[in-house]
Amino acid sequence: MITIDWLHFTPASALAGGLLIGLAAALLILLEGRIAGISGIVGGLLQPLREGDVAWRAAFALGLVAAPLLYQALAELPQSRIDTGWATLVVAGVLVGFGSRLGSGCTSGHGVCGLSRRSPRSLVATIVFMTAGFATVFAGRHLFA
Amino acid sequence: MSVLISLLIGLVFGCGLIVSGMSNPAKVLAFLDLVGDWDPSLALVMAGAIAVGLLAFRIAAQRPTSLRGKPLQMPTARQIDRRLLAGSTLFGIGWGLAGICPGPALVLLGSGSAKGFVFVLAMLAGMALFTAYERRSRARQAQSDAGK
Repeated sequence: MITIDWLHFTPASALAGGLLIGLAAALLILLEGRIAGISGIVGGLLQPLREGDVAWRAAFALGLVAAPLLYQALAELPQSRIDTGWATLVVAGVLVGFGSRLGSGCTSGHGVCGLSRRSPRSLVATIVFMTAGFATVFAGRHLFA
Repeated sequence: MSVLISLLIGLVFGCGLIVSGMSNPAKVLAFLDLVGDWDPSLALVMAGAIAVGLLAFRIAAQRPTSLRGKPLQMPTARQIDRRLLAGSTLFGIGWGLAGICPGPALVLLGSGSAKGFVFVLAMLAGMALFTAYERRSRARQAQSDAGK
């Protein structure tokens, strides 16, 4: 049975942050004609398809990296915690990088933009990576803990 | 101009990740842990983002170009194949191991987290590995096509 952790449930900030993410995705497609898929944007930097295709990708990635600096200037950064050990972290990073490229998208490209486009392919991808994520946490925390 | 716009949109996206809690791996894992005390917050992040996205992509679909006259580069792939399934599975396992996906990884890097930095390096290595794998399988494909 699922028990909701009401103490840590943050519906207002989750929704507000989600709207901002949606706004960014909306601006990128409506102004630049591009899909806001982070793995695709960053991965494209390692595999430039065309000349003149590098700068906007690098700028978008830089914006993500600079976001906490901007945020910090205006308000206190919310708490963030990484409990995962170093070795697992490296394995996780490689899997996230390789897997998102092989599957042509991640949480943003398939999960946000793909579902917004009502793409059946992205719906399948999202169901698959969410299920794999749930299963992995279940295995790590409850099965082999 | 595109560079400046992309930078600003990246900033908005990153701030959204921070506000939403997505850039806190512990919170992401609390969402992925259905059996423990479940924190459903991230479902609302998705709902909020998709609500705006649905509207934007509906507008985009009715236009020949972007508002700035640029081509709308919509994904063209339709098939649900092994690559999509295998890639999404591997990605999901990695996401479940650390609670970090590509966007939040870059935000964590910018917040000065050493673990965020290491994760980004590993993620870039994984992406480079994919590029190498892709190049090899393309070359093999070309070879077998030439042999036909």
